[in-house]
Amino acid sequence: MAALEDEFTLSSGVLSAGPDGLLGVEQSNKTDQFLVTDRGRTVVLYKVSDQKPLGSWSVKQGQLITCSAVCNFQTGEYVVVHDNKVLRIWNNEDVNLDKVFKATLSAEVHKIHSVRGTEPVLLFKEGAVRGLEALLAEPQQEIEAVLSDGEVIRWTKLFMVFRHPVLIFITEKHGNYFVYVHMVNSHTLSKYTLLRGQEEKSVIQSFTASVDRKFISVMSLSSDGCVYETLIPVYPTDPEENQRVVSSLLLRAVVSGSAPSGVALTVLDRDHVAVLGSPLSASKECLSVWNIKFQTLQTSKELPQGTSGQLWYYGENLLMLHGQSLTVIPYKCEVSSLAGALGKLKHSHDPGIQVMPPFVNWEASQGDGLGSQHAEQPRRILRRRKIEVSSQPAVPPSKQLLTTIMKDSEKHIEMELRKFLAVKTPDFHAIVGDLVTGLLGRCQVEPSFCPRNCLVQLIQTHVLSYSLCPGLMEMAVKKTDVQLLQLCLQRFPDIPESVTCACLKIFLSIGDDSLHQAEIDMESVFDYGDSVQGDNVAAPVDVLQNGFSPEGDTCLSCCQEVPAKPQDAAAATPTCPVTPQRAALLNAILHSGYSEAFLLPHLKDIPAQHITLFLKYLYFLYLKCSENATMTLPGIHPPTLNQILDWICLLLDANFTVVVMIPEAKRLLISLYKFVKSQISVYSELNKIEVSFRELQKLNQEKNNRGLYSIEVLELF
Amino acid sequence: MRARAHVGPGRREARAWSGERGAAGMGEFKVHRVRFFNYVPSGIRCVAYNNQSNRLAVSRTDGTVEIYNLSANYFQEKFFPGHESRATEALCWTEGQRLFSAGLNGEIVEYDLQALNVKYAMDAFGGPIWSMTASPSGSQLLVGCEDGSVKLFQITPDKIQFERNFDRQKSRILSLSWHPSGTHIAAGSIDYISVFDVKSGSAIHKMIVDRQYMGVSKRKCIVWGVAFLSDGTVISVDSAGKVQFWDSATGTLVKSHPIANADVLSIAVADQEDSFVVGTAEGTVFHFQLVSVTSNSSEKQWVRTKPFQHHTHDVRTVAHSPTALISGGTDTHLVIRPLMEKVEVKNYDAALRKITFPHRCLISCSKKRQLLLFQFAHHLELWRLGSTVATGKNGDILPLSKNADHLLHLKTKGPENIICSCISSCGSWIAYSTASRFFLYRLNYEHDNISLKRVSKMPAFLRSALQILFSEDSKKLFVASNQGSLHVIQLLEGSFKHLHAFQPQSGTVEAMCLLAVSPDGNWLAASGTSAGVHVYNVKQLKLHCTVPAYNFPVTALAIAPNTNNLVIAHSDQQVFEYSIPDKQYTEWSRAVQKQGFHHLWLQRDTPITHIGFHSKRPMHILLHDAYMFCIIDKSLPLPNDKTLLYNPLPPTSESDVVRRRTAHAFKISKIYKPLLFMELLDEGTLVAVERPLDDIIAQLPPPIKKKKFGT
Repeated sequence: MAALEDEFTLSSGVLSAGPDGLLGVEQSNKTDQFLVTDRGRTVVLYKVSDQKPLGSWSVKQGQLITCSAVCNFQTGEYVVVHDNKVLRIWNNEDVNLDKVFKATLSAEVHKIHSVRGTEPVLLFKEGAVRGLEALLAEPQQEIEAVLSDGEVIRWTKLFMVFRHPVLIFITEKHGNYFVYVHMVNSHTLSKYTLLRGQEEKSVIQSFTASVDRKFISVMSLSSDGCVYETLIPVYPTDPEENQRVVSSLLLRAVVSGSAPSGVALTVLDRDHVAVLGSPLSASKECLSVWNIKFQTLQTSKELPQGTSGQLWYYGENLLMLHGQSLTVIPYKCEVSSLAGALGKLKHSHDPGIQVMPPFVNWEASQGDGLGSQHAEQPRRILRRRKIEVSSQPAVPPSKQLLTTIMKDSEKHIEMELRKFLAVKTPDFHAIVGDLVTGLLGRCQVEPSFCPRNCLVQLIQTHVLSYSLCPGLMEMAVKKTDVQLLQLCLQRFPDIPESVTCACLKIFLSIGDDSLHQAEIDMESVFDYGDSVQGDNVAAPVDVLQNGFSPEGDTCLSCCQEVPAKPQDAAAATPTCPVTPQRAALLNAILHSGYSEAFLLPHLKDIPAQHITLFLKYLYFLYLKCSENATMTLPGIHPPTLNQILDWICLLLDANFTVVVMIPEAKRLLISLYKFVKSQISVYSELNKIEVSFRELQKLNQEKNNRGLYSIEVLELF
Repeated sequence: MRARAHVGPGRREARAWSGERGAAGMGEFKVHRVRFFNYVPSGIRCVAYNNQSNRLAVSRTDGTVEIYNLSANYFQEKFFPGHESRATEALCWTEGQRLFSAGLNGEIVEYDLQALNVKYAMDAFGGPIWSMTASPSGSQLLVGCEDGSVKLFQITPDKIQFERNFDRQKSRILSLSWHPSGTHIAAGSIDYISVFDVKSGSAIHKMIVDRQYMGVSKRKCIVWGVAFLSDGTVISVDSAGKVQFWDSATGTLVKSHPIANADVLSIAVADQEDSFVVGTAEGTVFHFQLVSVTSNSSEKQWVRTKPFQHHTHDVRTVAHSPTALISGGTDTHLVIRPLMEKVEVKNYDAALRKITFPHRCLISCSKKRQLLLFQFAHHLELWRLGSTVATGKNGDILPLSKNADHLLHLKTKGPENIICSCISSCGSWIAYSTASRFFLYRLNYEHDNISLKRVSKMPAFLRSALQILFSEDSKKLFVASNQGSLHVIQLLEGSFKHLHAFQPQSGTVEAMCLLAVSPDGNWLAASGTSAGVHVYNVKQLKLHCTVPAYNFPVTALAIAPNTNNLVIAHSDQQVFEYSIPDKQYTEWSRAVQKQGFHHLWLQRDTPITHIGFHSKRPMHILLHDAYMFCIIDKSLPLPNDKTLLYNPLPPTSESDVVRRRTAHAFKISKIYKPLLFMELLDEGTLVAVERPLDDIIAQLPPPIKKKKFGT
């Protein structure tokens, strides 16, 4: 899960950061040292872990550094350009920049780039590119002009692609943007015109890029607040021709376009970008991390003192100018689950509640496992936690809270609970369970006491399970509190089948009017509205996706019995048989875990018309599923195809004798029958061709196999 | 302009120097890529873990027993050759780290771990033996036989002695387990489990195992494994796919876990009795742990926590070391899966190990005639490599002007497996040895015909060899016998003469398993399994010196031409170079030790099994393990941890500066794998013998079929 850690500042005194911010921050050859160049005359080398400068160099009064200093990773020397044309090279031991090696060039330098694994590369203002060594051999060599008049370099970056340096720079001329890709070793230059779609009118404010094997992905942040992505091939198909590349929308409205000091964008890793700017809702500037795969906000941090609209990312550190001082925010992205990545947006309004991992570490739950988890975390956090623990009063807060629960008013309990949840204690699981038991105990004694908000809060900690508080769901069932039941179904991993079934009964029988009043989490329900309107025109989409159509099967005997006219099928096409609220509740049932043997006897108790309704809904979901090739439903957390089919089977197994007698279920049963029959033929076909597949695979392997004996040439380097 | 002056000429000089280096670099090789070595390892039948020595004994279906030293980077340090009739069904360690096996020929066998031979075999007179277990004290052995008898043997210092029979059961005893206190045992049979009282020898409970599984009644339910815990619980695994917990005091079933649709074949319990592991015929291994029912309650429950699918075939056997689950089966892999929560330091030792190939060389080659000798369990194959006249650039496959020929198929007589074999450099001698006989053959080549003549009348002391080596000029034969002595034999046309026997140091009987002879024939180096490397002077027939002892076993040895430097590879991936004439480590070796090997080099998980040289490449050493080969160029700088050790891509248009900066001594290639043998045939020709895993899988029986589509 991507996370921003606590920020810290590097000392601000040495730098003279103007309103335009810094000239640049570049990596040094040691991992946590950075070269910071201001807009005046100074270059400072900072060590991030020590939060202090290691060295500082200035050019003479009257001279002006014009491009940020870089480190030559091959020699460990530093390179800077002042007054556009004068190149200086020095190392750590040098004190005075005036006395170090100097070379005067014949053209103005735009930027020096240096990355690990290659020599520094210089980009001139006219668009020419030179390696440092080639330039040093003949400093006064002629530098050609590549760019046309009025074309200005807006952004530039150097990559290593398969150990070859590739320089990319973006220019602007009269509101049009051009991308140049320069292979430094082979001196091939390709030019692309950046075509922009609907965002034509907006101005691009920040660029960033990342590279994978074949493509450079350039991301741009426009003044409309959206992030666009453009893919540019590393190896051009035809370098001579001026090619066009199109940008596509990646993230919508991440920042408001009209930030006072500008916005910045940088790629963190394959799935994450960091955006600096003010979000639409707030006026304060904010650093936010977005997951571009799921288009979700992962985390964000407010920067109340304002920034210069510049952002650098090296190693694991995000660097920016916050107020007057250079600030470092470490960024961590640990491996996480999809559910976790999706969940952050939902919880971002409720920062007090931390999400606990839903899995149980068997070893940890046995002893004081949390202690060992602490040990793995960075030392800084550990120290903070220790302080927290030591500052706690002698009476454990959980005990205090329990007594509060027994006596005080609902409001007071809620406040105390919020305080308690903000601090995480080692035996959190057990205490939360005790709290719920306490609350429920009081509920039973005082029928008027209904601590609903507290319960919701506790359930949302993700640490509760059915077995920790068995009374909770029973109470909710008794009060037909569908919202609480839905929450429990979503959060508890271990609900007994009898309770699941009781919930199902309530969900099917509760009146529509009472459903409208309940606050139900509608996340798993997609918009059924479209389908209801669209289905009059849409042809019935059946299981055609599997490559098999039941209509085409002539031996299907039932087809003759039932008038299988297209209109008839159209009549049965998807109109959602239940309201969205009820659908959301039923989806919660579909998501919950169960064991068939225990569920079946309970399912038999549900009245036949409710079973038919549920079956109709499931069949509707199935038809929706088969509308697309991946056999999934739209929406954030929809039921899966397997869950739908399993439940259809379960319901039919439990109630077949009853359902078969109901006239209104007849059509449903026939369509299900047809569907099963077609599935069986598909699978039997698949099983038949599996052998052929295996043979094909073998043939493929043999092609790769170079035979039993060969003589080959091998060069060792 | 100080800096400029400093930079300019220096750079130019360096460029010129690197240009020269490029010309004198490693250059191109023609590689004979051989895949016709049709070797299939035998399936694993049993594993037994010894906690004191941290060693693992593994027996295979052909009767071979291998000892792995888990402390020495999982190196296979010893092996006992198989025997056709000695199908091992059970393996166990007893007190004093003695190793016993029992099998379907009805014999109990003890192995001599020093001399590497079978100490004795003793018939238990109960028909085929299906199971064996040592008492908790390690002083008694219990075997379960085909006729339903359970027999108790007393272990005496030099043998075992039959003590008595327990009550005879109706059918064969397939599994046995001893209660940790030593008072009771559990015996798994067909359809039931018996609990015996050790003192009286009578069965006190008979627990009937349900034949049904998921409504389907099987014909019989075979109890493949039992484990007796100290609280009196008996855990059983059976052919109906169940893991069951029984109360031995009342003889009742406590809990049943159906875990597989196929047989559950094996079980092993940790010493602390807080976790156990079972293996199924579907290739899955399940880990069960004893965890608290709720937090801070003392009531604990067995929970199936983790499934592992590292095997494709039957998991015939499992073991549980304090930190890892060990499993093996028909698919021939030995899998060691560390338990992450038990591993303290998450270093490379915590990674999963899959051992498939033996850690010794099964192939020898004749450089002069370009012959390869392949050693199988019961035969040898001699192949002649093909040739080509074409040339090409890196990666090309050259057209063959002559294909490789299968010249000879030499079958052994008798039921014993071949221990070792060797072909002389000139190709006219082949020698091999089984556990009881030594064979020497003379080959004559006349055009395309080969005639083979056995040299008869081998002396009595040459009954069994652990390692055989011919001198470079094919005039001498060196044989390491299992009594610890090294024999030097002079070869004459069609006969031989015994020159000398180097006797082991007084008091030791440790067998030598690795030999190396210098190309000039003056020096012979020999190494055992634990003690250091001895170097003998062949001319003067005396011990020259002993290389300083090192903690880890030697995996490969070779002596370089001209310099007579002895190169030694150890199982912890260290490589030393020792000058025999100077009796000290060479400067290069000291430099390597001072800087340390690259961390990626030390993290490789297969040992170096062969070291080679060529006299025209004095600075180069060829080494290989199963997944890479490396030519060390001693003239180049050593890599440090920051340099890229292995770069699969050829350098293309990099500047000389970069190339100079990145060039280092270790030239590694991972093109050929799994690599069983590699040798420099001449200056520019290599031979690589590969054994692709797919070819091995193709020769295994098909695994249990699982339907892919539908249910």
